[in-house]
Amino acid sequence: MSSIPILKQREKQIHETGSAPFEMTCDKQSLAGSVSQRACVFCGSRVVLYPIADALHLVHGPIGCAAYTWDIRGALSSEAQLHRMSFSTDLQEKEVIFGGEKKLYRALVELIDAYNPKAAFVYSTCIVGIIGDDVAAVCRRASREKAIPVLPVHSEGFKGTKKDGYKAACDALFQLVGTGDTRDIAPVSINILGEFNIGGEAWLIRDYYQRMGVQVVSVLTGDGRVEDIRRAHGATLNVVQCSGAMTFLAEMMKEKYGIPYIRASYFGIEDMAKALYDVAAHFSSDPFIQQKTEKLVREQVNAVLPELRRLRADLEGKRAAVYVGGAFKVFSLIKALRQLGMRVVVAGSQTGNADDYATLRDLCDTGTVILDDANPLELSRFVIEKKADLFIGGVKERPIAYKLGVGFCDHNHERKTPLAGFEGMLHFAREVHTTVTSPVWQFVPFRSKT
Amino acid sequence: MLLRHTTSEIKDRSALMVNPAKTCQPIGAMYAALGVHGCLPHSHGSQGCYAYHRSTLTRHFKEPVMAATSAFTEGASVFGGQANLLQAIDNIFTVYEPEVIAVHTTCLSETIGDDIPQIVNKAKAEGRIPEGKYVFHANTPSYVGSHVTGFSSMTKAMVDYFAESAAPKSKLVNLIPGFVEPADMSEVRRIASELGIASIMFPDTARVLNGPMTGKYKMFPEGGVTIEQLKQSGGSMGTIALGAIASAPAGLAMDAKCKVPCQVLNLPIGLHDTDLFVDTLRRMAGVNVPESIDLERGQLVDAISDWHSYLYGKRVGLVGDPDQLLALARFLTALDMKPVYVVTGSPAGKKYEEALRETLSGVADEIHIAVPGDMFLFHQWIKNQSVDLLMGNTYVKYIARDEDIPYVRFGFPILDRMGHSYFPSVGYRGALRLLEKVLDALLDRKERDSTDVNFELVL
Repeated sequence: MSSIPILKQREKQIHETGSAPFEMTCDKQSLAGSVSQRACVFCGSRVVLYPIADALHLVHGPIGCAAYTWDIRGALSSEAQLHRMSFSTDLQEKEVIFGGEKKLYRALVELIDAYNPKAAFVYSTCIVGIIGDDVAAVCRRASREKAIPVLPVHSEGFKGTKKDGYKAACDALFQLVGTGDTRDIAPVSINILGEFNIGGEAWLIRDYYQRMGVQVVSVLTGDGRVEDIRRAHGATLNVVQCSGAMTFLAEMMKEKYGIPYIRASYFGIEDMAKALYDVAAHFSSDPFIQQKTEKLVREQVNAVLPELRRLRADLEGKRAAVYVGGAFKVFSLIKALRQLGMRVVVAGSQTGNADDYATLRDLCDTGTVILDDANPLELSRFVIEKKADLFIGGVKERPIAYKLGVGFCDHNHERKTPLAGFEGMLHFAREVHTTVTSPVWQFVPFRSKT
Repeated sequence: MLLRHTTSEIKDRSALMVNPAKTCQPIGAMYAALGVHGCLPHSHGSQGCYAYHRSTLTRHFKEPVMAATSAFTEGASVFGGQANLLQAIDNIFTVYEPEVIAVHTTCLSETIGDDIPQIVNKAKAEGRIPEGKYVFHANTPSYVGSHVTGFSSMTKAMVDYFAESAAPKSKLVNLIPGFVEPADMSEVRRIASELGIASIMFPDTARVLNGPMTGKYKMFPEGGVTIEQLKQSGGSMGTIALGAIASAPAGLAMDAKCKVPCQVLNLPIGLHDTDLFVDTLRRMAGVNVPESIDLERGQLVDAISDWHSYLYGKRVGLVGDPDQLLALARFLTALDMKPVYVVTGSPAGKKYEEALRETLSGVADEIHIAVPGDMFLFHQWIKNQSVDLLMGNTYVKYIARDEDIPYVRFGFPILDRMGHSYFPSVGYRGALRLLEKVLDALLDRKERDSTDVNFELVL
């Protein structure tokens, strides 16, 4: 298997801990001709903004960009469902030649009249950047005439990586923040940033904070509401998960409104508890918050520990490969898997930066392969070489794992139950247990021979 | 009510597509290219396009889907993508070692005006394409046509690039299956071989996108038409192109280029169109229809007769791709059902629409057809007057749920059920399966809605 060649230019994006000096290259545009697992700017913007359920999301471009992002992420909404519709200007050849501004304007007017949304996001796609439509001007006009915020999202696909799309989304969000009434917001209050309510996770997290006595002003953007986002500047702390996506917004809010931010991860018991304690520490002037947090964590951990122990008995010593979008999630997964008695033997991300990979190296056991922006050949090679029993990844990695006869857990769009929070750790453990102990793997021809 | 935002009042929309019944050309081109053995599809555009196509195809087939991208940046978008494509060709042949690269364009590369043949020629001249390996291409701007025309163009490119004229003609028949499932492709070939006909089928995604689990990861699975076969196809005695939209352009190009006579048929979905397919095969090859095929046909007719009373007069709403809809509409009318609403997102043209109208003439007093239309409009029709059955891709499930209508998954994409890539819906066997699915949906509903008193054991 190790005969699979690695592109020379990619050698520095792969590292085995304990080997040669650590010097990883990352933050690089993927090579032309590589089978990368990454996506584009538009994709980044779309995943960040899509969960805002009472806003209109209009994709300005040919049909594909709207079609491929039509309700593919299980970002749940408690009431409004407008975000689950797919709206596109479906640009045709004649608009590509003569410009799409008129069509965009008509589409916006028709949609706003039909649905009375609280705000509208207009996503620019590749072609819009090339034909030079002045999307911002059309948005301003529609906003003036319809008296709602109409926000251009500069998400032309070719203008960078998915990360640049996160930034474009944050720019759009930042235009909303600061426009709402903050009078009834308590001093002990936070915004939850970078939590998209996949499988209902934001509801769990919000509930924890509320039980600590913390007011949650807004969640960006899981089960998001325009009104909440408009008054997000009234909170006194931003708690940022999924650092790659939302740190931009936290930085901007810090600069303009003086709101500090802390990082958090809600995956695994260790990180989840830390996320709560960190917030409690920030509000230490509140005499009861520490006590409430301890009680909450104790209750929650006690509720899940017995079953976690039972599951761990079967998983002890199994090996995992982790390849997901953001590096921060990789850290949490390594810790969570350790709690299940498992060892991570391959760890990688699509978008980690130099600091992330240094942290990752320190966190991993010797002999772990660390990858940046990997391709399927590399992934499959290391999964086999390192004898992984489990692969954690996204939609494109699942069938590769299965072809290799390795269990799989989706930690991306397609998770169906909340994997965050204490309760989520239990779901995660069950999912891992389900797939790692499945009898199907005994029928894999490759394994039955060995 | 997920689609609570859909109103029954139908207003003219001039600039909007809501809940599309199509997607863009490149994904069709990618799917077609996967039906060539050892082929790596290459998306000449920015990175998102191919990530979306791979994800969508992966969700539909539950199989790894391989492709590469030119990974356009801002620079490439200003100065052209030539450097990216040249580098890509280099990298791909060095690392992934495919037999052939199938390049398709995107809205981005089309609009900046990249000339793919010129770039490929340059790559050849500079020795970037190893001996015995190939690069071919199709132009598939996303703002023209749909996923079906993208498939069609890439299939036609196989003819344009590879088919070689030969005389005298061989005993082979070319089969162009259209944008159908791998299982359908196998079934089309099986029917031909039952008649004793050796065929070349392209594209052929069987064993590429429904392959076995082996414990190994192969970037290029077993299946697919080989370049050698594509070259040979120019010397075949005839071509059967299944589907006027997805397959005819390739079949007609073969006729023009290599003088291989082409018959364009509907997809062989249902009784009539399978009859036509079998009959065309028989005449083209000068063979007799074997008993085995008679048997399959007889079983289908027998099953229809057994169950026809449950099908009578049922109103059906269909969403899907043009070639599928035409044949399916005809099959349903043969089952005494009434396809009253038909929507495709693909701009399939006036002639196609006329053929569809003709197929459905006399079926019901009021029939609504939109070519092209979207699922929002389709849903509005249903809100105004409901139907007894819905058939369409996975996105139709929102409507089925909101309006509480029995529903059969059929088409592309299917993201939430298994079966489509293993069991055909073409041929007599495929028609039996469709009949089974339709009856299951209708009868499950009948039993769900029946009172205790009326609930019967035997149907």
